[in-house]
Amino acid sequence: MFINDQFAPASVSIKKTPAAFHRFEVLWTPTVLLLDSIGKERHRIEGYLPRAEFAAQLELGLARIAFMHKKWDEAERRYRNIVQQYGSSPTAAEAIYWSGVASYKRTIDHTVLRLISRELEQHFPNSLWARKASIWAGRRLEQAS
Amino acid sequence: MSIHWLDSVDAALSEGAAKNRPVLLNFSAPPT
Repeated sequence: MFINDQFAPASVSIKKTPAAFHRFEVLWTPTVLLLDSIGKERHRIEGYLPRAEFAAQLELGLARIAFMHKKWDEAERRYRNIVQQYGSSPTAAEAIYWSGVASYKRTIDHTVLRLISRELEQHFPNSLWARKASIWAGRRLEQAS
Repeated sequence: MSIHWLDSVDAALSEGAAKNRPVLLNFSAPPT
């Protein structure tokens, strides 16, 4: 089972342990928090998601944990795996963006960022992530007024 | 196969620290 293989998981019911909701500032259910092994929150999933999208978000959280621990190789690999496995998901757009950042952090080669911008423009042209990456291609998209 | 959930936040945090493993906390409420 993926969750038991990858995480130390706990289920928290508002009826049984309302204090935990307060402790982690959870204001909506379902909410899933991914913390690193020292207990620092790294990713938050609020609201229901279909199974595949939820799985992609869990993978995104694992990639984020690697990224925040400056494990650039692992982070880049995890982000690219998300793109491979969940390519049609909106989560893939975010994964493409961060794979580029992790690659840049690893290599200090800024040319990768231009390639990432092109990839986003090709596959997710209307996404926020394509807009964020547009600056890497030397383009500034119009700000919405 | 079903997920084996630990019975508290602190149990999950302890296991995460002991096994150097990320922690997943699933917050839920009964249906309204």
